[in-house]
Amino acid sequence: MTNTRKGKCAKYFEVALYPVIATCLALLVGVIIMLVTGHNPVDAYLALFEGAFGSSVAIAETLSRSTPLFLTGLAVAFAFKCGLFNIGVEGQLHVGAMAAAVVGCYLTGLPAIAHIPLTLLAAAVVAGIWAGVPGYLKARFRTHEVINTIMMNHIAIALVSYLVVHVFRAPGVIPRTSTILPSAQLYRFIEFSRLNIGLFMAMIALYLIYYLLWKTNVGYEIRAVGHNDKAAECAGINVKRNIVMAMVISGMLGGLAGAERIMGLHLSFIQGFSPGYGFEGIAVALLGRNHPLGILFSAILFGALANGGFRMSMATAVPTDLATVIQAVVVFFVAAEQLAKLFIKRRKKGRLAE
Amino acid sequence: MEQILEMVNIVKTFPGVVANNKVSFEVRKREIHALVGENGAGKTTLMNILYGLYKPDGGDIIIAGEKTSIDSPIVAIEKGIGLVAQHFMLIEPLTVAENIILGLETRKNKIFTDMRKANQKVKELSELYGLEVDPTARIMDISVGVQQRVEILKILYREAQILILDEPTAVLTPQETKELYKVLFSLKEMGKSVVFITHKLNEVMDISDRVTVLRGGKAIGTVNTSETDATQLASMMVGREVLMRVKKEGKKLGEAVLELRKVSAVDSRKLPALKNVSLEIRAGEILGIAGVQGNGQTELVEVLTGLRKATSGEVMLKGDSIINKNSRSIRELRVAHIPEDRNKRGLILDYDVADNLILGPHYKPPFTYRGKRNLQNVWQNARNLIAEFDIRTPSYDTKAETLSGGNQQKIVVARELGGDISLLVVSQPTRGLDIGTIEFIHKRILELRDKGVAILLVSAELTEIMSLSDRIAVMYDGNIVGILQDEEAKEEQIGMMMTGISKVDALRGEESD
Ligand SMILES: Nc1ncnc2c1ncn2[C@@H]1O[C@H](COP(=O)(O)OP(=O)(O)OP(=O)(O)O)[C@@H](O)[C@H]1O
Ligand SMILES: [Mg+2]
Repeated sequence: MTNTRKGKCAKYFEVALYPVIATCLALLVGVIIMLVTGHNPVDAYLALFEGAFGSSVAIAETLSRSTPLFLTGLAVAFAFKCGLFNIGVEGQLHVGAMAAAVVGCYLTGLPAIAHIPLTLLAAAVVAGIWAGVPGYLKARFRTHEVINTIMMNHIAIALVSYLVVHVFRAPGVIPRTSTILPSAQLYRFIEFSRLNIGLFMAMIALYLIYYLLWKTNVGYEIRAVGHNDKAAECAGINVKRNIVMAMVISGMLGGLAGAERIMGLHLSFIQGFSPGYGFEGIAVALLGRNHPLGILFSAILFGALANGGFRMSMATAVPTDLATVIQAVVVFFVAAEQLAKLFIKRRKKGRLAE
Repeated sequence: MEQILEMVNIVKTFPGVVANNKVSFEVRKREIHALVGENGAGKTTLMNILYGLYKPDGGDIIIAGEKTSIDSPIVAIEKGIGLVAQHFMLIEPLTVAENIILGLETRKNKIFTDMRKANQKVKELSELYGLEVDPTARIMDISVGVQQRVEILKILYREAQILILDEPTAVLTPQETKELYKVLFSLKEMGKSVVFITHKLNEVMDISDRVTVLRGGKAIGTVNTSETDATQLASMMVGREVLMRVKKEGKKLGEAVLELRKVSAVDSRKLPALKNVSLEIRAGEILGIAGVQGNGQTELVEVLTGLRKATSGEVMLKGDSIINKNSRSIRELRVAHIPEDRNKRGLILDYDVADNLILGPHYKPPFTYRGKRNLQNVWQNARNLIAEFDIRTPSYDTKAETLSGGNQQKIVVARELGGDISLLVVSQPTRGLDIGTIEFIHKRILELRDKGVAILLVSAELTEIMSLSDRIAVMYDGNIVGILQDEEAKEEQIGMMMTGISKVDALRGEESD
């Protein structure tokens, strides 16, 4: 038993090691870029750090920027556990956000205790159905979910643009919906920050998904399908149902990410509100090794880079783009490491198959 | 005779196991050297070290008198060593010739591969060694036996002097095995050396010049084949006497458990694979299905276990229709299934041993209560089955993919035989198992029969079918050509029926001899 536990610790350490190395390497690349472009890296990184974690408000804003990433990262990872690449989280986030904006605005006469859950539920259901479509197509006709989720992204974004411009538009220059009712707004608990109780919702989601995947039968079956659907089928597991279910749950998480932005941050649906949270989720999941604990850390890292990068560009002349470059390089190194692993695995295949 | 390769005191450890413990092994020019040993004895590991897939923790490899370190297959190939792993590494949509020249293409004009020349070269090579292949056929359209020839040609194309074949006959039909023998003999004639891993001692006796026995990671010894026999090898391998054939009690037949009436089905290419098959199995009876692989056995098993839809007919289990029900509802009726291909259907290699040992009944008590898994019970189940079936694994939370081939098979067998069942559908239950384990599994199957379980046994091993079955049905081209009683079944007659000759004709043919 102790043996097992020690093995587990070592495993976690190993899992955590590479992302940390990748991050350090990426920061180093940032130094080189700054030196080449004639900026002072020490000043820049100090500003970056300060912007991300320098004060309680800074920390709160970093966590606020991370909140949707916890959920989108989790959405990508969850689908991946069932062997599916959900590239459509961005679209799911958009339809979820729109659903939240509509229910939050037009469903009147409810106390917050009922209105908030209903609004979240609406976002989750709409986004879940949205993701369920490519899931169903995959299960029924074996059409590839990558293609379908990418197409559904375009449809989703076009659809919500239409809705915000032509159907639900509030007066004003920017296309946006009317402000949602106070009863649907997520409580902000830190002064001068937009960090809201959506953060706790995301934390609960991380734990619940962890629990679902590793402690329940549903998770056992979903992972079985992800690893080897033929063996899963032979063991009496309904592969098609699990594929649809995994996509629906994944989509629901994406929808919740959208809802949190609307109900806690913007308070109305603003066209173009998402800087690509759904796509960032792919990188977050990759860096976090598709594990909820890993996603917790990688989402905070990405939130910090985005938030601190803003401060860095204000304080030093280094553009925010550098933070984006660092993000990209982190992903690059992690992906390279996965590739190296894949290569090693391929070499070992000879014996594995035996 | 000239010694061309020597491995001295090779040590290799994996977390929790010493796979090779100071193993010494040598290969001479112009010999067929059999490597035998129990499941998990370290055969594959030793050969993977030689092929540069694993780095040894200790010991030396000496080639042509010189100490050499082989840190990758590329180096191994340079040194003239080639490996055919049991699971082929061919690219399905490409042709035979394309697979063989992959990585070593000759180019017509720097960009395009000269396929004409490649086909020609492959043809020459195949004629030279008597390995008949069609260079332009696609891998996915040719049989396993031919695919294996392609693998052998691939390493010959790279000019290997030492060919390592890891359990090459496990997937072959008896005829294909005979053909492989011929090829190996002609390779030997041409001065090449062959290392041949197998669990079948008759093969060792048939073709090898020398045998090395491994047990528990140690080399027990190397003997000349002419100076030993199967019984002695068996006891060297296992450390005790092994019954080569199990004893079968008289049968006590019960009610009909499984009935098939005119069942038809198509294969994955939508071609008819089962044609109006009817048969019956009663409680306490083993019905063996003999036949050359690919004559509908796979489809028959899949229809029975809910993995393939039948196009017509009726399947009754104890009076209830189960045709085209899904696999879970069939399992619910106490049907167990050992699939023919453990890696494809039987195991989730990324799951640990414990999680693999519950696959099937995983969703109900004692493993799951109201949706929540009870890990204590999952682990307890694993501890019990590991002990009962002697699965060699460092622990129950070791990933299944790191176990040796035979021990992976034991996981599947333990899981399916361990439960309370009324019908057992088994395909190739002992593929890749050592003789001691085969004996054990055969005993377990017979015990189930004596307890009144109905058993359908599909196997490519005629000896396995003959020693276990109460009745033998022979399949050919999707039909059952005839059903023989245990007493009347003769190997030659079954062999004839396997080519489509009817039972009456087969019997008559025998009389006229
Ligand atoms: N990659 C690995 N990681 C951990 N353990 C391993 C690995 N490969 C092999 N082992 C262990 O080493 C031992 C020897 O395995 P090996 O595959 O060499 O056996 P084998 O003689 O080929 O058996 P079989 O006849 O069943 O194929 C086994 O106990 C196995 O569990
Ligand atoms: Mg082996």
